[in-house]
Amino acid sequence: MKMKVVIVGAGVVGSSIARVLSMYDNFDIILVEKEPDVGWGASKANTSIIHPGHEEEPNIHPHRAKLCKEGNRLWRQWARELDIPVKWPGELMIFYNSEEEKIARKYIELAKSNNIPGVRIFYQEELRKMEPSINPNAIGAVYAPTAGIISPFEAVIAIVENAVDNGVRLLTETKVEGIKIAEGRVRGVMTNMGFIEADIVINAAGIYSDEISSMAGVDSGFTVRPRRGEYLLFDEDIRIKPERILHTIPTPISKGVYAITTIHGNLMIGPTAEDLSVEAKEDTSTSEIGLEYLWNEAGKLLREPPSRTKVIRTFAGLRPEPPDGHWLIEAYTEPFGFINVAGIRSPGFTSSPALAHHVVNLIKAKYDINLVMKRKWNPHRSDIAKVGHMSLREADKLISENPDYGEIVCYCKTVSKAEILEAIKRMKKIGLKTVTLDGIKFRTGAGLGTCQGSFCRCRIALFISKYMDIPLHKVVVKKKPYGIGEVKELLKTERSE
Amino acid sequence: MIELDYDTIVIGAGPAGLASAIKAKELGLKTVLVENKDILGGIPLQCIHPGFGLQYFKEDLTGTEFIYRLFDKMEKIGVEYLLKAHVYSVELVAHNEKVVNVITPKGIMRLRSKTIVYTVGAREKSIFEINIIGDRPGAGIYTAGEAQTLMDLYGILPGKEIVIVGSGDVGLIMARRFALEGAKVKSVIELMPYPGGTMRNIVQCLQDYSIPLYLSHKAIRIIGNERVEKVVVAKVDENLKPIEKCKFEIPCDTVILAAGLVPNVSMLEKIGMIMDPCTGGPMVNEFLETNVPGIFVAGNALVVNDLVDYVVEQGEQAAEGAFYFVQNNGLPTINWKRVVRGRNIRLIVPHYISGERDIILYARVQKPEKNVLVTIPEIAWKMKLSNVRPAEMIRAKLSKTTLESARFEDKVTVEVNTQ
Amino acid sequence: MNEQEFICIICPSSCTLKAYTKSDGTIKVDGALCPRGIEYAKQEITDPRRIVISVVKVKNGNLPTVSIKTSKPVPKKCITAIMKATASIELEAPVEIGQVIIKDICGSDIVATRRIKKFNFPNKNI
Repeated sequence: MKMKVVIVGAGVVGSSIARVLSMYDNFDIILVEKEPDVGWGASKANTSIIHPGHEEEPNIHPHRAKLCKEGNRLWRQWARELDIPVKWPGELMIFYNSEEEKIARKYIELAKSNNIPGVRIFYQEELRKMEPSINPNAIGAVYAPTAGIISPFEAVIAIVENAVDNGVRLLTETKVEGIKIAEGRVRGVMTNMGFIEADIVINAAGIYSDEISSMAGVDSGFTVRPRRGEYLLFDEDIRIKPERILHTIPTPISKGVYAITTIHGNLMIGPTAEDLSVEAKEDTSTSEIGLEYLWNEAGKLLREPPSRTKVIRTFAGLRPEPPDGHWLIEAYTEPFGFINVAGIRSPGFTSSPALAHHVVNLIKAKYDINLVMKRKWNPHRSDIAKVGHMSLREADKLISENPDYGEIVCYCKTVSKAEILEAIKRMKKIGLKTVTLDGIKFRTGAGLGTCQGSFCRCRIALFISKYMDIPLHKVVVKKKPYGIGEVKELLKTERSE
Repeated sequence: MIELDYDTIVIGAGPAGLASAIKAKELGLKTVLVENKDILGGIPLQCIHPGFGLQYFKEDLTGTEFIYRLFDKMEKIGVEYLLKAHVYSVELVAHNEKVVNVITPKGIMRLRSKTIVYTVGAREKSIFEINIIGDRPGAGIYTAGEAQTLMDLYGILPGKEIVIVGSGDVGLIMARRFALEGAKVKSVIELMPYPGGTMRNIVQCLQDYSIPLYLSHKAIRIIGNERVEKVVVAKVDENLKPIEKCKFEIPCDTVILAAGLVPNVSMLEKIGMIMDPCTGGPMVNEFLETNVPGIFVAGNALVVNDLVDYVVEQGEQAAEGAFYFVQNNGLPTINWKRVVRGRNIRLIVPHYISGERDIILYARVQKPEKNVLVTIPEIAWKMKLSNVRPAEMIRAKLSKTTLESARFEDKVTVEVNTQ
Repeated sequence: MNEQEFICIICPSSCTLKAYTKSDGTIKVDGALCPRGIEYAKQEITDPRRIVISVVKVKNGNLPTVSIKTSKPVPKKCITAIMKATASIELEAPVEIGQVIIKDICGSDIVATRRIKKFNFPNKNI
């Protein structure tokens, strides 16, 4: 008899746990997500960094230090297996004066304690050769070669596609409202879509992980506060873009402000770090003060800050901050079967693959389960073939096999009809209840370019309308429909005056 | 891969491209018109309002009727065209040889040509480009062109309580469309102290429907969780900075962004084309040839126009330039004179003239003024105008004879002065 | 004497017109660059008219709507009635430019301004 596992939250943590659990014969896994798609919380609104691990204090945060380093290593394998776009440019933690240099040197010590390879300081001359985009005011930087830049939203999608391929069931638009406990054991979760039976419930609900935790009646006093981080995103064609990851010296509440060139080729500056009240868990609004601060930091980090006319998007994400930054990872015996993987703040994304294995080991040890590996577990998943990323010769061949690859729908990012249709297919395959425009955006890149969708959104909505057989105005953007009705809607219902 | 040869490739089959391809074919050039959508026509297909063709056809047509006239002309002349054909990149081989790489459902096409006419039009500014912050609800935010496509091509109503940001013509036209279909247009917000669109549209679109226009106001932030719920607006000072005390909220379910168009020229920048920061488009000579020999630009990709008649005129001029280029294996060396912006001129096209032929100048003023003279002091030319407004493009035809004395100058200055 | 100021909307010149209505009812107009402007000002005072534009639903066409306009300017007060009339129409493709959609409403016809071809919708399966 397989153990029924419900994982609450299909962010990077929940989906990684689902993937790793799916390697074993022992479990029937349901991944439950309240949003219409996966990875829509902090997993899609972060700095995209795979951290080396030299910024974690092993004495204060042993989990974070160990799992960050291990996660950094595992992501190389996961990115290859799951065909996730990633690059490994290394990072430079920049200091501008001798006080900052003293702080920077502490990170060399931390790198040694954590056994992080290759961390060292470069000074002015060498620094400029390593990274010509750096501001000349920088006197030096701590270089960590194992840092990477990933596409965070594509990563979560890839992990979930692979997990579903290996037997995990995904339920979206499903919100956990209570946990049923009887005779000291977990029985299941109550959701807006009904009761789901479970022997094990794993809380990976990110910013709401405190609410799920209190449903199980454990660790009272555990609260997760939203820490907002705002970002500036720029057009691909600006002149000065860093090749390596650049960031300022970390503060007590953040890893510093970063300037990176994303895997998609856009300069991104951020994040800010602003603690919001517990009630503000849906507040991803940007602010004048936050964005102005980032413009300042951009000027600090880069030799030539980008022009204000080159901003293509500003956004904010909420990081889940647990008390004192301590991750709450625990498999409880009271109630038996409830597992907290809560308050997974930075380096959460980096740690996820390692964290997932850690959770499985915790289940094995705490619940005395004899884990049996599946004989047939598929580690591989391929990304949608993208005509815009190929050479002309490769594109020609692809188009001869499928002419829909030759019909370009998103001009800014050269995304074809075939990719849009494939994205719709994949969304249906993993079990999404609603195919959203944002879901297509994150899977294909359509709408992420200069025009931010003003040309292509309508055309993509037409595809969804056609292939999902719903009226155009009912196509959903994120959560609400694209239009409110047919154009004559108001005239038909208007009372005569 | 399919490889074909042409004298002229016209990229973009809106009115500029259609007119250009028709003229090129009429002049005997081996021409192909390349369009990435599955229909020709561009933006006028969704412009159901009149105001098109007053000069070109001497009739007041809707955008739709206008474009069908061009289609009919095209059919008669037999212009070759490709649909679902997306120009991916342009390679410069020699001054009279370019390769255009096109992605089509039939495969990659490499089109070799002596000249290119680039008529892809402009794109709309996004909410982030105009620095509106706050929430990013998935539903309720549209650019004006997007709203127009939804309503007037696909018959969808975007929303029912509308705030329009920007009083350019596109925004004003959409204000009227929403009002006609029964939606409530709460206001039009304009940053400048004067409207961005033509006066005729202020009357027909706003005054007719009692839609308030808030001049010297800025939309600052959007509030809304899953759909737009409110816009925060503030009055601005002389430096266009929001005045804290004059902030207020307008409840609405839809924000329409009509904050301006930007020529779509990123592909050209990649091949080293020089842009004019005033127009956002390439710098051109009187043939509408850019600094890259044999590449001509017309229509909204060159400069944002108000009238389709000018767009078509520019398209034809570009085709004539391409013809001259092909005939002479390159435009002959000419002693170009720089056209300099004088008093109260915000932008002017073309940027270089020869003084050897008739030309048409297109310009916009910086500030509105009444009873002015547009002059070119170097050649003692002047034109009287009772009203000049930034939203209303000035078009001036100058004959070869008028330009005679310019041939001895290095530059000509176009300026606006009160009479 | 009653003085009113208008901006003429006949053409892009957008002349500022000053109209003086005399006690005997005659109207004098200043500021027009052409006779159409004078006519416009007089019309605006006595019986303001507009061309009305909209779209109506089309079935089985290459687009789901056809754009329409009134063939002549109609009295401003008729605009609502005309818009209501467009609300319940559903045409069958094809539609030709100039095709009369509604005959004789408020003194004008409503005509199509876009060509819609008949279109057969292919299979929906991906």
